[in-house]
Amino acid sequence: MIVTVPTPAGMRNAPSPPADEDLELLLLIRHFELTLLRLFEAGELSGTTHTCLGQEYIPVALKPLLQADDHVFSNHRGHGHFLARHAEPYGLLAEIMGREGALCAGVGGSQHIYHRRFLSTGVQGESLPVAVGVALTLKGSGALACAYIGDGTWGEGSVYEALNMAQLWRVPLLVVVENNGIAQSTPTSAQMSGDIAARAAAFDVLHHRMTSTEVDEIRAELAPLVAVVRGDGRPLVAEFVTHRLGPHSKGDDTRPPEEIARAGDHDWYARYARMFPDPFDRLDRERRELVERIAAEVTARPPSVWERR
Amino acid sequence: MTRVSEHLNQALHDLMEADPRVHVLGEDVSDPYGGAFKVTRGLSTRFGDRVRSTPLSEGALTGVGAGLALAGDRAVVEIMFADFAALAFDQLVNFAAKSTSMYGRPVPIPLVVRCPSGGNRGYGPTHSQSPQKHFIGVPGLSLFEMTPFHDAGELFARMFALGQPCLFFEDKVLYTRRMYSGGVVDDLFRYELAGGVARVFLDGVTEPDCTLIAHGGMTHRALAAMRELLLEEDLACELLVPARLHPLPGLPGLERARHVCVVEDGSEGGTWGAEVARLLYPRLWSTLRRPIGLISAADSVIPAAPHLEREVLVQPGRIRHTIVEALS
Ligand SMILES: Cc1ncc(C[n+]2csc(CCOP(=O)(O)OP(=O)(O)O)c2C)c(N)n1
Ligand SMILES: [Mg+2]
Repeated sequence: MIVTVPTPAGMRNAPSPPADEDLELLLLIRHFELTLLRLFEAGELSGTTHTCLGQEYIPVALKPLLQADDHVFSNHRGHGHFLARHAEPYGLLAEIMGREGALCAGVGGSQHIYHRRFLSTGVQGESLPVAVGVALTLKGSGALACAYIGDGTWGEGSVYEALNMAQLWRVPLLVVVENNGIAQSTPTSAQMSGDIAARAAAFDVLHHRMTSTEVDEIRAELAPLVAVVRGDGRPLVAEFVTHRLGPHSKGDDTRPPEEIARAGDHDWYARYARMFPDPFDRLDRERRELVERIAAEVTARPPSVWERR
Repeated sequence: MTRVSEHLNQALHDLMEADPRVHVLGEDVSDPYGGAFKVTRGLSTRFGDRVRSTPLSEGALTGVGAGLALAGDRAVVEIMFADFAALAFDQLVNFAAKSTSMYGRPVPIPLVVRCPSGGNRGYGPTHSQSPQKHFIGVPGLSLFEMTPFHDAGELFARMFALGQPCLFFEDKVLYTRRMYSGGVVDDLFRYELAGGVARVFLDGVTEPDCTLIAHGGMTHRALAAMRELLLEEDLACELLVPARLHPLPGLPGLERARHVCVVEDGSEGGTWGAEVARLLYPRLWSTLRRPIGLISAADSVIPAAPHLEREVLVQPGRIRHTIVEALS
């Protein structure tokens, strides 16, 4: 069965400004990610890092829809997922930089974080079966397991094995798909035959596709469906049509400039700056300065220590 | 007399009875079928939802087990044939094993993955393998194997206490054999358990001509060879069968043996036996009189036809012959 709630007409054209709290979180994530790219350029970061530039609104929209006892599973592009779940930017940056106060002693780095019911891992699709196992223990409790995956991850067999079990066993699993139309360098059109809705339908899994980038609109659409996941104990695939503004990983974007610009047309940042200069400019400056302070403070910390078993 | 499969079944019953956090998952594990080898018989009738017959999805069912374990429960997952553990490699290696340490602190993942392994039953190349070697040396992953000497309940308790994913191999031929008890193997051999290792010996022999080291599924073929070696070649052998294959526990008494030989049913090359020898060389270097012997299955797929399968897998005759040759 497919449940598609139409986007309320009118809202798209005349969005009200997001609440200050939401805008602050959006901006925190944006400046966190921009700072990572800057730190990379400056040689302060090693390894790889995948920023969620342009997609920040998804975890921010989900934030109030999640409860404290929910489990969140994230992927390689998980900084926004984390910051919208736990207000611990110092710990996250320390993890990414391998500094004292790191969430996971610097062992996991950007893609492998386990902290207060938030778990990310770097193998695409691997988390979904694990999330089904966790969701089995949550059945009937009102809590759910939420797992973020990208469009490209629908190439992995584990996704289908897990969806099948999730629906068969009626587990409270919320699969959030960030369909940004690209996987690393390969457009979705060159990776995916058919679409996500039909794949979910094949498993009799509820599916809802959203094109809005407005957190309030998204919440209004999704809240009743999330309640179904909790109440009836059944999985939902919530697909967000979204846009990746930046590179896959630092500096590896091979898309033509026109295409990157087209993705930029959907950017909430530019839109809010234009439409709501007050309070945008003030909050933007505050968050930028906050992240600058965080970066300076964390950079100055001593290296993290790993107490191996 | 208790058969090994019945003993395992009883251990699972006891485990689920004693600990409501334990789940059992796998293909066709529910009643009335009770698993391809009947090891899970009766569990779903008694324990309901905690026992689940799953779709044919080895990767995901292992991942689900890991998820249950991550959330604070305990999972026993059955892979119908050990060969299919290959489909769960990612979940085992990249998720379950790595998660115990990659988050910077110990994260318990009490997960036991049961793998019915081994050949000599004519099941052919994809249903007969002893794939232990493919899982050796994975940080955070332990390998155990059922033996006719070890109490399965104690092994489950040990595996869960590790808080790490464990593969538990169960030789399919072993299922049909009886559990030994009371320190007696047969008219010739006695056994004792010490430090998790079963030692099978001849009464009164303190300096054996050869000490064999084998995994549980090789026990009976090793014993058959030891009998012939004693009665027909006048060579006294001891046998060590550790239940934990990796990391390997300390093996007792090897300094007293004239020869040490590892016997296994995995195919030759990059084997468990080679790993055992690697660990033993530094310790035994000053007492060894010849290289540690390695007896493995041939570098071959495992044929279905019994006469061909016999040639590929390790048989008592080959063990006997190899040891006689080494000692002559
Ligand atoms: C199993 C696996 N294969 C390949 C990769 C390398 N990789 C990391 S992200 C990625 C693309 C993922 O695309 P998508 O799921 O659309 O997520 P997005 O990056 O667009 O957020 C690839 C190929 C991986 N991490 N895991
Ligand atoms: Mg994508």
